[in-house]
Amino acid sequence: MQVPAQFDYARATSVADALALLARYGPESRVVAGGHSLIPMMKLRLAQPEVLIDINDLTELARITLEGTDLVIGAMTRHAELLDSALVREHFQILGDAERVIADPIVRNRGTVGGSLCQADPSEDLSAAFGALRATAVIQGPEGTRTVPIREFHTGPYETVVGPGEILVEVRVPIRPGGGSSYQKVERRAGDWAVAAAGAAVWLDDSGSTVTEVGIGLTAVGSAHFVASAAEDFLRGAPATDESFAQAGRIAAENCHPNADQRGPVDYKRHLAGELTTRALSRAAARARGQEG
Amino acid sequence: MTTTEERANPIGFGRMTRKEDARFVRGRGNYVDDVRLPGMLYGAVLRSPYAHARIVSIDTSGAEAHPKVRAVVTGQTLEGLNLAWMPTLSHDVQAVLATDKVRFQGQEVAFVVAEDRYAARDALELIDVEYEPLPVVVDALRALDPDAAVIRDDVEGRTDNRIFDWEAGDAARTDEVFAGAEVVVTQDMLYPRVHPAPLETCGAVADFDKVTGKLTIWTTTQAPHAHRTIYAMVAGLPEHKIRVISPDIGGGFGNKVGIYPGYVCAVVGSILTGKPVKWVEDRSENLMSTSFARDYHMHGEIAATRDGKILGVRVKVIADHGAFNSTAQPTKFPAGFFHVFTGSYDLAAAHCEVTGVYTNKAPGGVAYACSFRITEAVYLVERMVDMLAAELGRDAGELRLANLLRPEQFPYTCATGWEYDSGDYPRALEKAMEIAGYAELRAEQAAKRERGELMGIGISFFTEAVGAGPRKHMDILGLGMADGAELRVHPTGKAVLRISVQTQGQGHETTFAQIVAEELGIPPEDVDVVHGDTDQTPFGLGTYGSRSTPVSGAATAVVARRVRDRARIVASAMLEVAPEDLEWEKGRWFVAGDPGQGRTIQEIALAAHSSLELPEGVEGHLDATCVYNPPNLTFPFGAYICVVDVDPGTGQVKVRRFIAVDDCGVRINPMIVEGQVHGGLADGVGMALMQGIAFDEDGNCLGASFMDYLLPTSLECPSWELGETVTPSPHHPLGAKGVGESATVGSPPAVVNAVIDALAPFGVRHADMPLTPANVWRTIQGRPFRTDLAIS
Amino acid sequence: MKITVTVNGQEYTSEVEPRLLLVHYLRDQLGLTGTHWGCDTSNCGACVVWMDDTPVKSCTVLAAMADGRTVRTVEGLERESGLDPVQQGFTNCHGLQCGFCTPGMMLTSRWLLDHVPDPSEEQIREAISGQICRCTGYENIVRSVRWAAEHPATEEATAQ
Repeated sequence: MQVPAQFDYARATSVADALALLARYGPESRVVAGGHSLIPMMKLRLAQPEVLIDINDLTELARITLEGTDLVIGAMTRHAELLDSALVREHFQILGDAERVIADPIVRNRGTVGGSLCQADPSEDLSAAFGALRATAVIQGPEGTRTVPIREFHTGPYETVVGPGEILVEVRVPIRPGGGSSYQKVERRAGDWAVAAAGAAVWLDDSGSTVTEVGIGLTAVGSAHFVASAAEDFLRGAPATDESFAQAGRIAAENCHPNADQRGPVDYKRHLAGELTTRALSRAAARARGQEG
Repeated sequence: MTTTEERANPIGFGRMTRKEDARFVRGRGNYVDDVRLPGMLYGAVLRSPYAHARIVSIDTSGAEAHPKVRAVVTGQTLEGLNLAWMPTLSHDVQAVLATDKVRFQGQEVAFVVAEDRYAARDALELIDVEYEPLPVVVDALRALDPDAAVIRDDVEGRTDNRIFDWEAGDAARTDEVFAGAEVVVTQDMLYPRVHPAPLETCGAVADFDKVTGKLTIWTTTQAPHAHRTIYAMVAGLPEHKIRVISPDIGGGFGNKVGIYPGYVCAVVGSILTGKPVKWVEDRSENLMSTSFARDYHMHGEIAATRDGKILGVRVKVIADHGAFNSTAQPTKFPAGFFHVFTGSYDLAAAHCEVTGVYTNKAPGGVAYACSFRITEAVYLVERMVDMLAAELGRDAGELRLANLLRPEQFPYTCATGWEYDSGDYPRALEKAMEIAGYAELRAEQAAKRERGELMGIGISFFTEAVGAGPRKHMDILGLGMADGAELRVHPTGKAVLRISVQTQGQGHETTFAQIVAEELGIPPEDVDVVHGDTDQTPFGLGTYGSRSTPVSGAATAVVARRVRDRARIVASAMLEVAPEDLEWEKGRWFVAGDPGQGRTIQEIALAAHSSLELPEGVEGHLDATCVYNPPNLTFPFGAYICVVDVDPGTGQVKVRRFIAVDDCGVRINPMIVEGQVHGGLADGVGMALMQGIAFDEDGNCLGASFMDYLLPTSLECPSWELGETVTPSPHHPLGAKGVGESATVGSPPAVVNAVIDALAPFGVRHADMPLTPANVWRTIQGRPFRTDLAIS
Repeated sequence: MKITVTVNGQEYTSEVEPRLLLVHYLRDQLGLTGTHWGCDTSNCGACVVWMDDTPVKSCTVLAAMADGRTVRTVEGLERESGLDPVQQGFTNCHGLQCGFCTPGMMLTSRWLLDHVPDPSEEQIREAISGQICRCTGYENIVRSVRWAAEHPATEEATAQ
């Protein structure tokens, strides 16, 4: 059986403690939350940290709350908690849609929102979902906290702006009325990583006929920062029609850069980027109009 | 005494819960990795990252210096022991640890024995191997190209990658039939490489006792006796000093038929260290190095009259056997039973040519619930029949009904020589169509097509040939495929049955007790079934090819009848009547015409051990033994219907319904039979839609973990709808036929036929498995890709 | 490092390497071999146990992470009054064949029934969708869980 190489283990008791441990052990230490990305990589010895800092006791980071006009999701929120949250469902159906197809129920019991974002796997679903929602990451370090738009959070595959001595503590999602959202994913089998996926958040004018604001996230198709900005630019102010959504899909497809792998060839993934963008937009718009759940 | 009505279990055949479950639901099963012996050490295998490379050097000094390492074994060590190569089940040899070069990615290069499994794994990092990469043969269709690298240059004089050319059927007659046919449909198709992937991987605990010279091996084997004999041949150990124990097995499906290098390494490790050595592979090792299945590139042709009478089938195959020909199949049949591709139809002629080739892939070829390649055969013929239906504009169900063998044609000898024992094929298909509501489904499909929705209905009809087999025709490595059974009846009437086959979940402890119960009237809970220990059971070839019930089940019936015959003599002495004046009813001999005068089997058992005077020449006790050599294979069959919905925008396939009507002859425990069918249907959905192991141009295995090699979950499987017909086998003592692989054999073509049927509006005629969303979408675009190679 | 874990109601204090996986701790150190492993990559679910009353895949949890927590394994399903209804359901409905996925399947099923006492077929299929069974085609597992739902334990049996 695959087993990790040796390392030291420390369990953090608070965010401050976690930061102190990171400072003490330096760049060869890694924070572990649910562990469902990091531990498999350690078993394959693709990751060999010298020290693991376990933050599972930081229940202060496992919260879903409303603060002003922000929905605040703590980094230690388990996927299952996000999926089950009535508050999340009320405001952002896209997150429920995405969570329903992230891994499987048992993995979702353990894996965390922060862990998924920090792992920054190009096929990870929440990055696109939060990207569509224009969320903000709150990062804490020895110097205090800083906020980074989620669209600037990822610096490349498996890379983020979170520095060696820092941890992601929460994600803030602005709540604005008149919106609807949806996440559409194609996977080869339940629990598989996305072949491709698209998330959309749409805000309509009072009549429901014009798109006032839109966010489109793309998963696993090599889109910069997991978003389809050209398609968003096209759609903003456009009529909320099937034709517009189809055109936005075409633009999203043209501007992504998928790689071929056993999940599919480039042309198929590009096609999916468009198809799923269109579907997500239609669904999001319908939800914005209160037409479907 | 409880009456039958009050009993939870039948005394004999019928539904009853499994005796083995009491331990499994409590977590008290005993699998190989659960075995723990005092002083036990742990082994780990170092594997090749290259698919084809010369080994320049191996430096094990770093690993040897590890404080917890007790031994490091390389091919060089094994050469000194004459163990570097071992025979395969197909008269080839396979490297235990590579000496000259590596021939597939994941091949075994070195073996470390350490004090714990973590240290063993750590030590692998400390072995330094220098490789010189060589050109790789990945594409089986290019393996015979003149410039292809010769993989097996270990065999002197070998100049190419050809393993064998084999044919069956009458070529001239088939050519004649095709030449005169009004309609011929031709299609290239691949049955891609798949892996059985039992949830428990393969492993062994080897314990060599230097004092007694006895080697005990707990191992994941479906065939403990065959393994014992092969260990004796490989290691040169006396066979009576080898004990193979197959404890609880976490699924086999063919994966646990062969002997793997890791097992041999564990034995060598134990001999070298004097301690028990456990080796259990991880999942990647399992997927990368152990028995693959299928990998048949088939060129199929079907001939028919314009009005739909099927006349003949012709097929040419390139069979990819990987780097070593290690397939497990009867010696005479290098392509297994593939030549039963005549299927369930009355053909005037049929012919096949199969060419086996080496490639730089893991060895295998036949494993995974395939009944010795009938899986490929059924897939071929059922796809060809569907294509013929499309060509003729006929309904696929109706065309089959018009061409299926009729009941009065049995026993039927097919164009390639198999004698089908019994069957009523149209009845099974009609029943499946009735359960499905076939006409309504076709109406729904037509309505959906009008709306641009894609719905498909796929049918397959299969004839299986299981229970290998008649000894004069079938052997593996010279071992005839017969099985033994021993039955002891204790004085108090409780019995112990010892059998040579090995359950991997099929429930032998229950069904075999039910056979004894049926034959002797001893309640099944009073019959203990002993298996999986070569020191305690009679010789036999084990469980695979759905052979347990057809062969060992027959042995059990015969041995029970021998006990019954002995009981008759004892009863005659007890009742002071002649044996021929006694009649049998379940559990009791009684005097003909005087049913009140009788003795139960329990009373007879006690008397058989007592001072009762028995007729001259008759021994005491009731115990008996037998060896069953089947007169023929048995031929289970079935009709399957699959209903799918396809999303044209994404290529996603949803299996909405699956109807399976199986006829496996007499059912010993219908609950277990249905469970076997359920599992096979899930297998079929998996192979048809998601399971696939492709290789990139460097020979890297692209299906080496459960993240890449996808097995179906509860969400891809519909609620199965089963039906049954019962056509007993005329030559099996119980009329039973075997069922373990029926659904795995029969279901893939039903799923594929359904998907292709759904895609008919696009003019699609065929696509190779697995029908992943990408594959389906590309097929709709008219640009399918090869599923055995990396997607580019 | 030293860890203290309460497994099936019993407290164990053990010296472990920080890298020791929970599944190996349970199997090799505590001898609780009812928990299996099948894939290394948290895809198969043979290793599912409860940690602090939540099903987790123990091949992807460190034993160190279980320090101070409670763990429940298949060995902790049976009560003094008899089998858990889930165990009985799997037996009655032929919900297992080789038995390798069974412990994980039963622990997930027990958890599901504790939270959704009368689950639909769809809910059951969703709940076990992260666990692979190679033998049953899932049909009889679904039926087993339904059986357990229809035959809840008496209060005496569930009290602990």
